[in-house]
Amino acid sequence: MKFGVVVFPGSNCDQDCIHVLSDVLDQQVTPVWHKETSLKGLDAVVLPGGFSYGDYLRTGAIARFSPVMEAVKAFAQKGGIVLGICNGFQILLEAGLLPGAMLRNRSLTFVCKDVYVRVENAATPFTGRCEVGQVLKIPVAHADGNYYTDEVMLSQLKASAQVVFRYCDQVGRLTEDANPNGSLDHIAGVLNAQGNVLGMMPHPERCAEEILGNDDGRRIFLSMLDALKTGKLSSDVGVAG
Amino acid sequence: MKAKIYITLKKGILDPQGKAVAHALATLGFKSATNVRMGKYVELDINETARDKAEAAVKAMCEKLLANTVIEDYRFEVES
Repeated sequence: MKFGVVVFPGSNCDQDCIHVLSDVLDQQVTPVWHKETSLKGLDAVVLPGGFSYGDYLRTGAIARFSPVMEAVKAFAQKGGIVLGICNGFQILLEAGLLPGAMLRNRSLTFVCKDVYVRVENAATPFTGRCEVGQVLKIPVAHADGNYYTDEVMLSQLKASAQVVFRYCDQVGRLTEDANPNGSLDHIAGVLNAQGNVLGMMPHPERCAEEILGNDDGRRIFLSMLDALKTGKLSSDVGVAG
Repeated sequence: MKAKIYITLKKGILDPQGKAVAHALATLGFKSATNVRMGKYVELDINETARDKAEAAVKAMCEKLLANTVIEDYRFEVES
């Protein structure tokens, strides 16, 4: 399968994503500079973490107007698989590809540590290798990860199982202490209504190899591969993208 | 013309920065200060002579980029 990893000025997790996809999972990967206007030939796209445009104005607010984002929108509309990690998630929110917005962390500090997330929906192209209720350990590293949306949208997200990950403790309980940023309803990852775009604050690319002491994050990428291979999401979507 | 734009978090949305500043003010003895809300201030020159055109342009800028209307409100003044 051929993955594209979008590189914005200020992205800093792009090489980690490329490493996991190409060296660990043996897939084809192309870095996609933010000035590109086509995603032709790609089967899936990753928007990596970082500080695109220095987080000026709001996280992701400027990056969403990068030329490549029009192509990402078109790719997503055709059913292409898009994963946004951390800053990538923030960009997808600003672009309107996912509902909601990010507020400053409740603590006002940059939080960089391993957290636990509970899988709430295992029937997505990103969580097929997980089970509902399964707890994954994945690190977060952000200052603006306090997810917010209004009540109407929140009930909609819940009703259609679009909340994919929730911050929890080691055994899966949704305690206040286990919520690293104050996110509404412990939300750590959100899926779009169509089911092909996921945004998550934790960094699965930072824990996808046993040598790093944790490979929970690998499940996310393997799930994407499975979804692409089973053809639930056609790999042709990228052709006209 | 010059536009002065004020962007604030919507009512009811938790403002951790405002809370921290309120706490600091209280610690310094400013007991009368409550409900601190932090926001952004943007000032820009706009090449329009008609006020309504300038206002329409600033509104579009706020909606499209300057404010995130999921979480923020904005208001602005245009002066010549």
